[in-house]
Amino acid sequence: MTSERSNLQTLSALDRPNSYIGKTVPRPNLDRLMQGRGLYVSDIELPRMAHAVFLRSPHAHARIVGIETSAAKQMPGVIAVVSGSELSTVITPWVGVLSHLKGLKSAPQNAIAIDRVCWQGEAVAAVVAASRAQAEDAAEHVLVKYEELHAVTDMRAALDPATPVIHASLGDNLAFERIHDAGAVDQAFAESDEVVEAEFVFGRHTGVTLEPRAVVADWNAAEARLTIYQGTQAPHMVQNIAALHLGLKESQVRVVCKDVGGSFGIKVHIYADEMATYALSKLLRRPVKFVADRVESFNTDIHARDHRCKGKIGVKRDGTIMAFEIDDLTGIGPYSMYPRTSAIEANQVVNLVGGPYVTGNYRARARVVFQNKNVMCQYRAVGHPIACSVTEGLVDLAAMKIAMDPVEIRRRNLIADDAYPCASPSGLRFEQLSHHAALAKLVQMMDYDALRAEQAALRVSNIHRGIGIASFIEVTNPSAAFYGVGGAKISSQDGVAVRVDAQGSVICQTSITEQGQGSESLTAQIVGSVLGVSMDRVRVILGDTDNTPYGGGTWASRGAGIGGEAALQAAKTLRKNILDVAAAVLQSTPSELDIVNNVVVNVGDGEPRIDLSELARIVYFRPDTLPPGIQPELMATRHFVPREYPFAFTNGIQASWLELDPDTGFVKLLKHWVVEDCGTIINPQLVDEQIRGGVVQGLGAALFEKCVYDERGQLTNANMADYLVPMSGEMPDIDVGHVVTPTLESELGAKGAGEAGTAGAAAAVTNAVNDALRPFGAIITEIPLTPQVILTALGRI
Amino acid sequence: MTDAVAVALSVNGELVEANVLPRLNLADFLREHLKLTGTHVGCEHGVCGACTVRVNGDIVRSCLMLAVQTHNAAIETIEGVSDSGEIADLQSAFRERNALQCGFCTPGMLMAAQDLLKQSPCPDREQIREHLSGNYCRCTGYQAIVDAIESTAWTRAGRRP
Repeated sequence: MTSERSNLQTLSALDRPNSYIGKTVPRPNLDRLMQGRGLYVSDIELPRMAHAVFLRSPHAHARIVGIETSAAKQMPGVIAVVSGSELSTVITPWVGVLSHLKGLKSAPQNAIAIDRVCWQGEAVAAVVAASRAQAEDAAEHVLVKYEELHAVTDMRAALDPATPVIHASLGDNLAFERIHDAGAVDQAFAESDEVVEAEFVFGRHTGVTLEPRAVVADWNAAEARLTIYQGTQAPHMVQNIAALHLGLKESQVRVVCKDVGGSFGIKVHIYADEMATYALSKLLRRPVKFVADRVESFNTDIHARDHRCKGKIGVKRDGTIMAFEIDDLTGIGPYSMYPRTSAIEANQVVNLVGGPYVTGNYRARARVVFQNKNVMCQYRAVGHPIACSVTEGLVDLAAMKIAMDPVEIRRRNLIADDAYPCASPSGLRFEQLSHHAALAKLVQMMDYDALRAEQAALRVSNIHRGIGIASFIEVTNPSAAFYGVGGAKISSQDGVAVRVDAQGSVICQTSITEQGQGSESLTAQIVGSVLGVSMDRVRVILGDTDNTPYGGGTWASRGAGIGGEAALQAAKTLRKNILDVAAAVLQSTPSELDIVNNVVVNVGDGEPRIDLSELARIVYFRPDTLPPGIQPELMATRHFVPREYPFAFTNGIQASWLELDPDTGFVKLLKHWVVEDCGTIINPQLVDEQIRGGVVQGLGAALFEKCVYDERGQLTNANMADYLVPMSGEMPDIDVGHVVTPTLESELGAKGAGEAGTAGAAAAVTNAVNDALRPFGAIITEIPLTPQVILTALGRI
Repeated sequence: MTDAVAVALSVNGELVEANVLPRLNLADFLREHLKLTGTHVGCEHGVCGACTVRVNGDIVRSCLMLAVQTHNAAIETIEGVSDSGEIADLQSAFRERNALQCGFCTPGMLMAAQDLLKQSPCPDREQIREHLSGNYCRCTGYQAIVDAIESTAWTRAGRRP
């Protein structure tokens, strides 16, 4: 008995009986979404609500000579037609820079363009009417006279002295440059047996959330308060920015975020048309709704990944990687996006290239340039797909050069699993990674040798299959090092408040948000496990700045690791508070009591002592019966932010198995494998589904997705028929395995998992395509790998 | 041509009479006039499948059909097939398999899946993927959805996979 008791007492809060941690349990509240009874922003209607549509520039770069609105104002249902200068009386412009990205510059951006438009799709006027159809009708009668200006479209020409400067006040079209030099790069290349170079080209693509961006802004003039209903990942950030630019206190702005139809980083930014909608509501003193249509989504949702990156690798004949060098160029549109800036992706590329490998010799330059295309900014796995594709592409090219197997060269160069803590050549600190364990698991899961044999056998009969491998590291659980230190009011900490209601159920308010990842579920699982309360008695409230603690929200793979730890600590405190009261009621001591399955029990024999609902009844309705001096606190709040490491790095490895048809250039994905290490796994099914969903977004980038601009800056495929996304017919089944290395920064030990799939998928596919192309002597370092790109590489077109 | 037109139709078994503009599409009619917001609008040009509903027993893209074309028709939406219990087992399989994340595609996905299972009681994975190939999901990567439909098919057929 004694030993059993001491065992029980040494169990962590997560290992308790009936713990939900590490268990697949269905997410709460899915019925609402499956029955079509969710509440997305596009579903919201308010009394006196008007609808805004934006008239958008047809030119990539033009001076606005004049706007004639009188005819539009006479159209049925029209409430107002508002230009940029008129709106500027209620909202101030912004500049998307952060002080820790040294030298980053951008120009002031207005909610609606004033005098000049800088990309095709920038709003030039808003039409507000009783219905959206009426607003669209009237928008056709707004006459805008433009004087077209030279459009800077090719990022390679943006820095030429002959190219016009988009924002004269900035002096040139260079937004940001970073140079990094570590180790002895020149010497390492000189000592290499082989040096391989390639240029990697990444198509500009976008998030294509199925629910377009949408906002309902409700300025209540009598309360002097603005309520913003928006599908955002970061409600407190939106609150701060809206207040700042509308001249309000944050307490005058409430941001409510109900169901969100996909986000992936698209909905973590502040968009000009959303700012305009807040301002229109204030100007017109009534609720105003804006829902982007699909064409607007393509033209104004942030784009990502438009990079051209030259890469170089040096390798010894024994496979030792000697050095990496890159020169990355990216075009971000005419403005650095607000408030997270558009320099983060290039900065991440510099941070992450070579990250999984031992070599300390690394030189990098990244340049970020302005151009007259839609804005670019952070989308799922920011920078990772670029860095991973360049690194893993170079590693495969080096292996090919020295005739070494791709698995073997990685085995010889990945940082050893017992080498931690250590740092990458770019200075990133790694707490503990598991590259070799992951590689070993991947090789076993995919039965690598058998697959190689199958590949060789099929080549004889002219069937060309390829295997591609890609190791990666992933930034998760970011501390204030990401944005806060640069002056952005984007919180890196999160808070959770937990309380017991009068019937013994638990209400939990968290500052992380839900866009389908499972934030609500992981919070309920943690709180239920720590408290000893069944999940059906835990209700989670998210996405409301009036009703949750202050915090960052859900982005950068931070929800589980940061918000989850806050939930754990809040629940631990509440558990102690409950047991203190229970001990007083039961004339026991807290250490002799536990809570199991909604009942306070004896630790020793598990005997039920008092139901949580009965305890709550006493606390709330008969406090007079409690012993003197007892003041129950059946509510607890805790916050958390990582302090020791700026980021909790995770790692993993992916493999692709595909078949390439050299006659048509078509690629058929046959199978995909992922092994990743996100530390403590709270819900295995949810983690696996994050990985799978992330992989498929990476596969879209690898094979299909590209925003095609012409030389005048016109987006030529801004619809879902011409811009291809992954559909069920083309996607493979994806096997997911795990290595578990909890972070010691938190008691929970969870790291992020949301971006790992996207980080490495395209690299694995590109390497597999090049593996399949081996008999033809062709190498491709460009995505998307369309039939045209493949047939061109094969010299067939 | 731009005057409102009177229509009478059945929506989820209820008789609905309305005057609709000729240009109003069925998706907007369901969402804005009848407040059946489970039918979602994703692309408004018939590609994404989020607005899938049943008209006289066949699934259609409600963004590509005009409300005036539904005179005398029987429309069924996600709210109707949920309340009738027709797809309760499918919804249960989606829940168990986490075959939805943001849920925006889910009503259309369920309508398409039920259509397949009515036509073809035991589809293989390739057939499931083919039938769903007009329904876009950005969150899941589709595998969980295919799994959920496959397991529902097996259960309905009284067999185990």
